[in-house]
Amino acid sequence: MQQEAVLAMLAKEPSSGSVLRARLNDALGPLGDAVNDGQIYVTLSRLERAGFIARRETGPMEAGRKVYELTAAGQERVAEWLSEVSWPKPDLAEFHLKLVAAAEAGLADPIGIVDAQRRELLRRLWDVERAAMVEPDGSRAGLLLEGVVLRLQADLRWLEACERAWTDRRKKR
Amino acid sequence: MSENSPGAPILRARGLRKDYGSGSVLVRAVDEIDLEVAQGEALAIMGPSGCGKSTLLHLLGGLDRPSAGEIWLEGRRIDRLSERGLAHFRRHDVGFVFQAFHLMDELTARENVELPALLGGHSPREARRRARQLLDQVGLSDRAEHLPSALSGGQRQRVAIARALANDPRIVLADEPTGNLDSAATLDVLRLFEGLHTAGLTLVVVTHDERIAATANRMIAMRDGAFVDEMRLTGRKTSNLGDLAGLGG
Repeated sequence: MQQEAVLAMLAKEPSSGSVLRARLNDALGPLGDAVNDGQIYVTLSRLERAGFIARRETGPMEAGRKVYELTAAGQERVAEWLSEVSWPKPDLAEFHLKLVAAAEAGLADPIGIVDAQRRELLRRLWDVERAAMVEPDGSRAGLLLEGVVLRLQADLRWLEACERAWTDRRKKR
Repeated sequence: MSENSPGAPILRARGLRKDYGSGSVLVRAVDEIDLEVAQGEALAIMGPSGCGKSTLLHLLGGLDRPSAGEIWLEGRRIDRLSERGLAHFRRHDVGFVFQAFHLMDELTARENVELPALLGGHSPREARRRARQLLDQVGLSDRAEHLPSALSGGQRQRVAIARALANDPRIVLADEPTGNLDSAATLDVLRLFEGLHTAGLTLVVVTHDERIAATANRMIAMRDGAFVDEMRLTGRKTSNLGDLAGLGG
């Protein structure tokens, strides 16, 4: 996870580590497990060193509680980050080359490789969809799970195209 | 999910074949298929359009007759039934769900769900009671008096699922049930199927929508009229969900 994501989650109001944790859990639902507390604290200290956040002790009522708040530089970084259009790049070339290499060298049947890959993606889809099914309506995490489902479906559609193309090539030989 | 242990087979097919045309234009839509569906199982048969999966479902549900082979439901042979016997079988033993919903446009949601019970010989009162109960089960009590045209695609499909259950079928057969639905409505149908499956219903779905597999115990891949792959799905989660969403390390 990008450290900017953690930074931006603090933009709402100065928050303690545990409040930040709760906010991430709400946004990520069952996927929140993937982010452990240690990671969050490492990220926070990194952001602090970079001058994006500052630590502040809260009043005596909450003795010992520390909250993190955005500095001016932090505010600026968040605004920048929101306007960035970076996007994860799917690495499809590796799989494509696997099929080409396997077919050209006669090492393996491309269709078999596609089948094995499909099984793996179906397993993942199964897991994600099961998680989505138990999310309450309107859950934020549900929306994230829907995104993962749709991407897996797109990959499965491409595998279908791979299967068709390599089946046709085999027939022509 | 409970890992439903497969019970005794409720539906069996042996050497099932369906040919269209003859001679040089012979098309074998279903090619020597053997199939066993266990009581309480949820089975997804997946394949691209034209692979013969809809034809197979029609044979299993008695909507069409095989060119060869046998179909048994709970020890009763279906493929040799008379037309009348077959009509009775379709009305009482099977519930159908289709991609295009196939609701009667001029009837309300409730009347659509009542219809099979009325045709099946239940009293109007009994049919109405059952329809109310089923619409409640699919979360549409407040839409009971709406015409299908006033319902969303997802709601129409839920009405169609309620209708499929009206005569307490032994098995529900669904043909591309999420084919016309958006992502959110698909999830509603998946939840509904999952609930029915957990309640013990036997379900066979043919589809090209991989998401349906989430409600299945078993998935069969079909190509050119034949089964080419089979996968059992357990209740165990194997992937790291966070990893799939880019939250790794």
